[in-house]
Amino acid sequence: MIDHLVSRVAGPARSSSAKVLSRRTFLQAGAAAGGGLILSLRLPLASAEAQAADGFAPNAFIRIEREGPVVLTMPYVEMGQGTYTSIPMLIAEELEVGLDQVRLEHAPPNAKLYGNPLLGGEQATGNSNAVRASWQPLRQAGATARALLVSAAAKRWNVDPASCRAQRGEVLHAASGKRATYGELAADAAGLPVPENVPLKQSKDFKLIGTPAKRLDTPAKVNGTAMYGIDVRPPGVKIATLAQSPVFGGRVKSVDDAAAKAVKGVRQIVRLDDAVAVVADHMGAAKKGLAALKIEWDDGPHAKLNTDVIVAELEQATLKPGAVAENIGDVDKAMASAVSKVDAIYQVPFLAHATMEPMNCTVHLRKDGCEVWLGSQVMARAQAAAAKAADLPLDKVLVHNHLLGGGFGRRLETDYVTRAVEIAKHIDGPVKVVWTREEDIQHDMYRPYWLDRLSAGLDANGKPVAWNHRFAGSSVLARWAPPAFKDGLDPDTTEGAIELWYGLPNTHTEYVQVEPPGIPTAFWRSVGPSHNIFVTEGFMDELAVAAKQDPVAYRLALLDKTPRAKAVLALAAEKAGWGQPLPQRVGRGVSLQHAFASYMAHVAEVEVAKDGSVRVKRVVCAVDCGIPVNPDTIRAQIQSGIIFGITAALYGKITLKNGRVEQGNFDTYQILRMNEAPTIEVHIVQSSEAPGGIGEAGTSCISAAVTNAIFAATGKRLRQLPVDTAALKQPA
Amino acid sequence: MTFAIQVNGNPHSVDVDGDTPLLWVLRDVLGMTGTKFGCGMALCGACTVHVDGVAVRSCITPIDSVGNSAITTIEAIGATPSGAKIQKAWLDREVVQCGYCQSGQIMSASALLASNPRPTDADIDDAMSGNICRCGTYGRIREAIKQAAQSSTQGG
Repeated sequence: MIDHLVSRVAGPARSSSAKVLSRRTFLQAGAAAGGGLILSLRLPLASAEAQAADGFAPNAFIRIEREGPVVLTMPYVEMGQGTYTSIPMLIAEELEVGLDQVRLEHAPPNAKLYGNPLLGGEQATGNSNAVRASWQPLRQAGATARALLVSAAAKRWNVDPASCRAQRGEVLHAASGKRATYGELAADAAGLPVPENVPLKQSKDFKLIGTPAKRLDTPAKVNGTAMYGIDVRPPGVKIATLAQSPVFGGRVKSVDDAAAKAVKGVRQIVRLDDAVAVVADHMGAAKKGLAALKIEWDDGPHAKLNTDVIVAELEQATLKPGAVAENIGDVDKAMASAVSKVDAIYQVPFLAHATMEPMNCTVHLRKDGCEVWLGSQVMARAQAAAAKAADLPLDKVLVHNHLLGGGFGRRLETDYVTRAVEIAKHIDGPVKVVWTREEDIQHDMYRPYWLDRLSAGLDANGKPVAWNHRFAGSSVLARWAPPAFKDGLDPDTTEGAIELWYGLPNTHTEYVQVEPPGIPTAFWRSVGPSHNIFVTEGFMDELAVAAKQDPVAYRLALLDKTPRAKAVLALAAEKAGWGQPLPQRVGRGVSLQHAFASYMAHVAEVEVAKDGSVRVKRVVCAVDCGIPVNPDTIRAQIQSGIIFGITAALYGKITLKNGRVEQGNFDTYQILRMNEAPTIEVHIVQSSEAPGGIGEAGTSCISAAVTNAIFAATGKRLRQLPVDTAALKQPA
Repeated sequence: MTFAIQVNGNPHSVDVDGDTPLLWVLRDVLGMTGTKFGCGMALCGACTVHVDGVAVRSCITPIDSVGNSAITTIEAIGATPSGAKIQKAWLDREVVQCGYCQSGQIMSASALLASNPRPTDADIDDAMSGNICRCGTYGRIREAIKQAAQSSTQGG
């Protein structure tokens, strides 16, 4: 049961009676309003600053009331990744309740309370870390609550707690046949001291974790009742759509809105410095009004900007030294003694997110406050952005979060919130600002363009003894979380380029920060690794070819020190039938990664037609993501990540001409479709390691597998994405 | 201008320009938000509804072309035999992720099943390739359609 189908804001106010036991107390219990038990917890890495400021900063909540289900407040948002199922599983496992007995609530915006320690304390859902951050503390929360409830029952019945057991929301005493529900025990339990270090179950005793539990958010999504941000309809809401300056940094010079105003249903035209919005009774009228506007733009400083200017700048930047991200051994010396050398330049393009739900945000701005409805990966930032744009204090801004029709990093930004408030300032009453698909693609914040120079030296046996890598591009973190950018480096931009799993003796990796003019950058599903794995795994394939060795065997020989990496590679190769003969112009390619704290190998089977068009026919994935919390969600996320990555590898490209994004809708920004989708097999390695991230891993790992397979099929090495089909045409 | 239309068996009267796409009449005028906006150019299928049982893209269907036809949306598709089977199969196969495109996917799939109780892979490709899913649920959609088809066949 999920409460997010209706808009509501709930959370810490209800736990105000929770008493502070000690600064170090990780869990705290207290009485809920209405005589129940509240258990709050702080994730272990939550910022010390927040803790010091507030004395105790809870991060997530279990609430058990006298009547009704157990209520869990979710600090993470659901955008398709299944977190509203996997997170409750962690708590329910130890609490001994069924998933059918819990109800979920969205957390309200409050970065101090709900900050994600793995994202610099932001209240954010991203970087595939919800399960990673919650694995220990949420199970501990469930176990501690269960222990309190059992103690309360034992005390009431005057029996030994060890003689009682918890089961499906009840405490039972077998000898006497007594039983009590958690609700009946909650008020008593709230008054008991919180036990320390309640032991957690051994993985062999898990009843729920490791099972393919059904998703809790699905039924509403098959009958049209699920509420996304775009679906909210506060009474009297008007619909607005907009045209923003087609060149980033441009301004509105003049607007002729006579024809637009004459459109039936159009109510108002709002002119901003760099955008014009049409406000109407419905989106049909708003779009018709927008098409009727005659806007003259002052294109500003980027009026002549083309992508090739940005690329040339990156190319130049990689000729000069950058910040040293990693240095192992002595590359120069090793390179000098190498028997053979391989050099390459790799490039990946700007990419749009293209969430199926276009950007939108609904705002009702009054003199004394602002109400916002949306789907966001960053609730607290959304609230702050609205407050700033409305010039109101934070506590005057009420934010309702809804389901996200895709996030992929786009909804880690708040530009669409700011824009909606700017428009709402001119409107009496609530307004829903809905971007057209063209606006969504042309005013996205893009996955950066990156350009990489690599060289490697091989010894007489073909083994890589020296690995030199320098790359240039935008650092998203430098803008998004400036403290995370230190000495010219950030941990996201370099993930997948350093700490390589191959145990190479001499490596040197440098990064050069170059912020492109005239185009904003942002996180995109699989972030740094989306670029780095394509580069390292493409180049590793080149080394195997230079060494005249099989790409799988070549990698396996380097993996003795990383057995988890070796195991997934061997498993994927075996399941894919690596080495078995294939028809002409069909090839297999492999890619291996350690990213988001998970190990993954893909084998892609690709067919290249005579005209150069590429079809990915089959992908076999082996993954070791630690203890698999929900194997079906893991499979679904990997299937999803692979399709997302193939779309990018085959089609994804955002280019600028005269400062304008050249792509606009799904005809020019193509997405993989049903008739092109490969069969996908996912093999999950049983593991007792702590869980790793899974929502993005499938994406970063696939592009090199595809281009390596294209090489196997055609002998043509592609070092740039998306795939250039013209280069793959079969000579007549 | 006023148009009298039939949606999910109920009569409605709406006062909009004749070229207003059905999508916005449903979502913004009638408040039926289950039908989604994705592209506005019939490129993604998120807005798919049935007009007299045929899957159409409501984002390019002008209201003055609809006339007295029976419009069916995701809100009522479960009341049709093929729609109910498709919805059940979608849940059984755990198809959905973010879910935003799934109204359109289900409308396309239920129209397919109603007209073709035993679709082949090629039939599924033909009927479903107009519906984009950014979460990449295509494999599960294919399995779910096959499951629903099998239950149709077994049910006679």
